[in-house]
Amino acid sequence: MTNTFVFAADPLLVGDIGLAEVLLTLSKVLIAFGFLLVSVMLMIWFERKLLGGMHQRFGPTMAGPFGILQTLADGIKLFFKEDLVPDRSDRFVFKLAPYLSLIPAFLAFAIVPLGGDFNSGGSVEVFGHTTFLQVADPPVGILWFLAMSSVAVYGVMLAGWSSGSKYPLLGSVRASAQMVSYEAALGLSVASVVLVAGSLSTHDMVLAQAAEGYFGVIPRWNVIITGLVPFIVFMIAGTAELNRPPFDLVEAEQELVGGFHTEYSSIRFALFFLAEFMNTITMSAIIVTLFFGGPAGPVLISEIAGLNIGWAWGLLWFFVKLFVMLFVFIWMRATLPRFRYDQLMDLGWKALTPAALAWFLFLAALETGRRRDWNEALITLLSLLVISVATALLVRAVRNGRRIAAMQAQAMQAESVSERN
Amino acid sequence: MGYLQGFAVTLRQLFLPSVTTDYRGGFDDSPDDEKRPKPERMHGRHVLNRYEDGMEKCIGCELCAGVCPADCIYVRGADNDPDDPVAPGERYGYVYEINYLRCIHCDLCVEACPTQAITESKLFEFSFTNRANAVYTKDELLVDDDGKPQQLPWEDWRAGDDAMTSGWMRATSPSGDQRYLGVAAWSGELGYGVRSPEPADVIGSPDLSQPQVKVETSGHDDRKESHG
Repeated sequence: MTNTFVFAADPLLVGDIGLAEVLLTLSKVLIAFGFLLVSVMLMIWFERKLLGGMHQRFGPTMAGPFGILQTLADGIKLFFKEDLVPDRSDRFVFKLAPYLSLIPAFLAFAIVPLGGDFNSGGSVEVFGHTTFLQVADPPVGILWFLAMSSVAVYGVMLAGWSSGSKYPLLGSVRASAQMVSYEAALGLSVASVVLVAGSLSTHDMVLAQAAEGYFGVIPRWNVIITGLVPFIVFMIAGTAELNRPPFDLVEAEQELVGGFHTEYSSIRFALFFLAEFMNTITMSAIIVTLFFGGPAGPVLISEIAGLNIGWAWGLLWFFVKLFVMLFVFIWMRATLPRFRYDQLMDLGWKALTPAALAWFLFLAALETGRRRDWNEALITLLSLLVISVATALLVRAVRNGRRIAAMQAQAMQAESVSERN
Repeated sequence: MGYLQGFAVTLRQLFLPSVTTDYRGGFDDSPDDEKRPKPERMHGRHVLNRYEDGMEKCIGCELCAGVCPADCIYVRGADNDPDDPVAPGERYGYVYEINYLRCIHCDLCVEACPTQAITESKLFEFSFTNRANAVYTKDELLVDDDGKPQQLPWEDWRAGDDAMTSGWMRATSPSGDQRYLGVAAWSGELGYGVRSPEPADVIGSPDLSQPQVKVETSGHDDRKESHG
C-alpha cells in the first residue's frame, strides 16, 4: 500500500520529495516545453530556408526578419481554418490520434540532458538544490525514449485507420510496418551504446563520454568507442522512425495524397506537423546524447564576475551539436530520393538489423574479453571471421529468396497465360 | 560510394546564387524586392481595349464567352444609343465580367474576338481576399482614357508592366498562319495607334519590319488548302 502511494507521488523513485523538488521539476518541465515549442518553430523555418538554399531559391523571406516568423504565420493560419471531421471517421479515435503523436514527442525529450558542467559531475545548484539540467533522469533512461517512439506509432496508425478513407489507411499500414521494422535496428544500436556505457541512464552516458579522451584531442564519444556502425545504423533507422525523407513513404505525396494525415485539417493537422518536427528535434537530441557526448565539452571560461557559468558551456555545446545534427537531417532530405517500399523493407530487415546485431555481439565479445583478460586481437579476429561467415550466409539466403520469388512469379505468369489460352 | 556525391552537390548548391528572385508582390518595401520583367506574350489578366477615338471595341457578340473552356466570361450586349454610341456599330458590351477564380488564361477568348476588344496583359497579381473581388467587371477591365490598364489595389506594378497589353493577340492574329507574318491585321488602339506586329518565333525568319508576303485575304479557305 505504501509502495503504491510512493510510486504514485514519486514515479522516478528519487526519494525525499518536498515542495522545492516539485517546484523545481515543474519549472524544468515548463522550460523544456517552451524550449521545444520555440525550437520547433525555428526548426521548420531553418529547414525551409536550408532546403530553399539547396534548391537555389530563397525560402521564406517575408514574415519577420529573414522570414523567421513564417512558422508562426502558418500556425495562425491553420488555427483559423475550418476543422473537418469526415463522416465516415471514427470520431473519438480521429480526434485522439494527433495527441497520441504529439505527447510522446514531448515526453521523449524529458530524458535529454541539456546542460551542466560534465567535467565535474554534471549537476547544477539551483537555489541551494542540486539537480541535473534535464527534466528527469529515470533509471530506465534510454528505454523511455524507445517506449515513447513506439507509442508514437499509434498516433500515425490510428490517424490513418480512423479517417475512414483509403489513402490514409494505406499510409498508416506502411507507417506501422516501417516503424516496427526499423525499431529493431534502432533498439540494437542503442543496446551497443548501453553495453559500452554500462548504464541505461542518459546522465551516466554523458558523464562517461565526458571523461578524458585519446591523445588529448579526440573526445571519448560513443560514436568512436562503439566504432561508428551503431551510429550509422541509428541515424538511418532514426530517419525511418521519424518518417522523414528518404523514408517518407508514409506520406508519399505522389502516391498517397498526404498519407495518414490526408483527412486532417486545421489545428489537428498542425499538431501532426508539430509532432513530426518535434520528433526530429528529439531524435537529434538523443543522437547527440548517445553518440556525441551531449552537453559534455571543454569549459573555456568558468567564471564571470564571480558567478560559476560552467553549466552554460554545457548548454552551448549541446545546442551546437544539436544544430549540426538537424543540419544533417535536412541535408539528407534535400539529397536523397524516396525509397521504394520493398527497398525500404530490404534495407531494414536484411541490412540494418543484421548489421546492428552483429556489431552488438562483436562489442559484447570485446567487452567480455576485456573483463576476463583474453587476447583482444584474437577476439577481434575470431569475431570478424564469424561476422563474415554470417554475412556470406545472409547474402546467400537473400539471393536464394530472390531466385525462388522470381521463379514463382514466372510460374504464375505462365499459369495465367495458359489459362487465358 | 557514388551515391554520396549527391551530398556534395546539395552542399555546393547552398552557396550558389539563387535562380529565383525575391519577389514580394508589393507587401514589403524591402530593398531586396525584385520583380522580373515578364515575357511580352504572357497570358496575364485581360484588358478591354478602345479604338483611337475612345470608342469601345467590344460589340457584345459573346464569342469569347462561347469559346471559354472554363466558362468564366459573362457578356451581355445592348443596342447603342445612336446619339451617344459606346461602340461603333449597332451593339456594345453592356455587361462584361470575368471570374478569375475560374479563368485558366488559355487566351482562347483573345483569339476568338473579332474586334480585338479583349486581349491579355502582362499583369498577373490576383491577391483578392474575397470571391466578389475575383469577378472583374467592365469597370476594372476597360482601359482608361490613355489606353492604359487600370491598376487594382492588389497589383504591384513595376516600370513597363502595363505596356504590353496585346502581345498574344498580335502573335496569333488573324489565325497564326505563317504567311501573315509581319501583317498588321488589327485595328488601332487608344494610346498606341496601330501597333506593329510581334517578332516571329520562327528560326531564321526574315526581317519583319516590312511585310514579306502580300496575302490575298478575301475568299481564302484553309480547309481547301490542307486537303491539297
